[in-house]
Amino acid sequence: MSDHSNTGAPILAVTDASKTFGAVQALTKVSLNVFPGEVVALAGDNGAGKSTLIKAISGVYQLDEGEILLDGRKVSFSSPQEGRENGIETIYQDLALADNLSIGANIFLGREPMKLAFGFLPVIDRAKMAEAAKATMEQLDFHVTRLDAPVAAFSGGQRQAVAIGRAIFWNARLVIMDEPTAALGVPEQRKVISLIQSLKRAGKGIIFISHNLRDIFEVADRIVVFRRGENAGERKPDETSSDEIVRLMVGK
Amino acid sequence: MTSIASSSIEPRQTISPGQKLLLRIAELRAWLFLILLIIFFEVWARIAYGNSFILNGYNLQSISVFATAPLLLALGQTFVIISAGIDLSLGFVMGLASVVAAHTANYALTTLGLPPFAAMLVGILSSVVLAFVPGLVNGWLIAYLRVPPFIGTLGMYGVARGAAYLFAGGMTVAVTNDWFSAIGNNRILGVPVLVILTAIACLIMHYLLSQTRFGQHTYAMGASQVAARRAGINIRGLTMKIYLLSAIMGGVAGALYTGRFSAGAPQAGEPLLLDSIAAVVIGGASLFGGSGNIAGTIAGALVIAVIQYGLVYIDVQPFWQFIAVGAVIIVSVLVDQTQRRYLGGRQVE
Repeated sequence: MSDHSNTGAPILAVTDASKTFGAVQALTKVSLNVFPGEVVALAGDNGAGKSTLIKAISGVYQLDEGEILLDGRKVSFSSPQEGRENGIETIYQDLALADNLSIGANIFLGREPMKLAFGFLPVIDRAKMAEAAKATMEQLDFHVTRLDAPVAAFSGGQRQAVAIGRAIFWNARLVIMDEPTAALGVPEQRKVISLIQSLKRAGKGIIFISHNLRDIFEVADRIVVFRRGENAGERKPDETSSDEIVRLMVGK
Repeated sequence: MTSIASSSIEPRQTISPGQKLLLRIAELRAWLFLILLIIFFEVWARIAYGNSFILNGYNLQSISVFATAPLLLALGQTFVIISAGIDLSLGFVMGLASVVAAHTANYALTTLGLPPFAAMLVGILSSVVLAFVPGLVNGWLIAYLRVPPFIGTLGMYGVARGAAYLFAGGMTVAVTNDWFSAIGNNRILGVPVLVILTAIACLIMHYLLSQTRFGQHTYAMGASQVAARRAGINIRGLTMKIYLLSAIMGGVAGALYTGRFSAGAPQAGEPLLLDSIAAVVIGGASLFGGSGNIAGTIAGALVIAVIQYGLVYIDVQPFWQFIAVGAVIIVSVLVDQTQRRYLGGRQVE
């Protein structure tokens, strides 16, 4: 393992993780650490096991062998909800937002704040949602002018900011970003990269998956390469090149 | 501050005030239709009969009573359609409930010897409880067996239809119960009891849809089931609740039908199913899910009731009703699609 600039305990420590699907060995004794304020990029060809690993971390799959420590505590989530309750948020390329709802409603989706109207009738506290949306988006340097507009009215990058805002608002420890820029145009990709940098400054641990090596080199503190479900190497961006990463990915 | 991320979140298309007005009109199209229709019939009535169409207590009462049954069904259908589903069984769930209400009310009165008021309550309660069966089966088929809503509820349409006719012995089931008939025909301070009960149902449904997590999650699910699931919403449980609610409204509508006509009829809701869907769509919901609201549905149901009553009132052949309602549905869907092109989605309260 290469040394890292961060001191202290990792937010996430995966050790010797293995997972099979029928006859397919998706992961073989894979290990991965993520430290606070660190962006770890997962690189690998299709089928290298990146997806399986992050799904095991977030609670979609359960490992056959190996262990996952979150803040030093052994965890095994039976569902993504459980992972989320324990501070793991996943951000997807296809923008897991309800387009017809406002920014606030999306940040709070599934966890809406309630208040009592007329002293007895529980109702959704929309004012609170709007306020939290405004404050959270300002933290990301987005200044929301129309808090009641559905997120469909915003651009792809802005919507990705909403998804990232959700992770910030719920105070996620670990943010997993699965191809967060894949569905976006180039200027929008730039915005998401800078959003990742704000997450990093906020001390979150970030796992970043991308097919775009340029994005990886720009944003990652460490690049962990997978090949056929195994660790194939680990490099720091300033001590390696795209060529070397690609060689590790394809195994030549 | 020149951070890359720094930007104002503005809708990506700039909308001119004119377009904004058009969008607003599209939102409120059901009310606009309603006003235009009322003006049309008003002018006609003044010219042809020399009296007012709308400032006429009898007409108002007839239209509002006329609107109650399709509106009750449409209230449940609103939730289903917002969730990107459809409930085709609703009409015959209403018929089945109507027959069950008639039978059980009669049984409670004559065999059990209960007083008429208690017998009526037994009738209403049993029809609502019975509605749980098709509601839960619909929900189960769609949520757990992944049957498309159109197919699952079409199957239930057949099952409920057959069951209703079997229970009724192929006929209507007469009810002799003054209380039951009072619910369907009496007035309180000049307002029909049916209209009061339907208004209460509207308030409850509006609350559920616009103020609770259940309603909020229904909108989210209709926009993107994947997004809703990823946000931790229990889609299966939500689907069960939505179809259950729809069937319960069918049960209520069936029981009230029995009161209004002093008889349970298997075919009570047959013509109302399409009206219920039409009311929701005219009211601004999209059949693709994710949009709609109770106020729109109320307006949609009133549009249909005014068309149907108004055409009879001005003595046009009744078959024109179908053409008029059909035309309004088509115009409404066209408005919805045009509006979608302007703005990727629609806003909810």
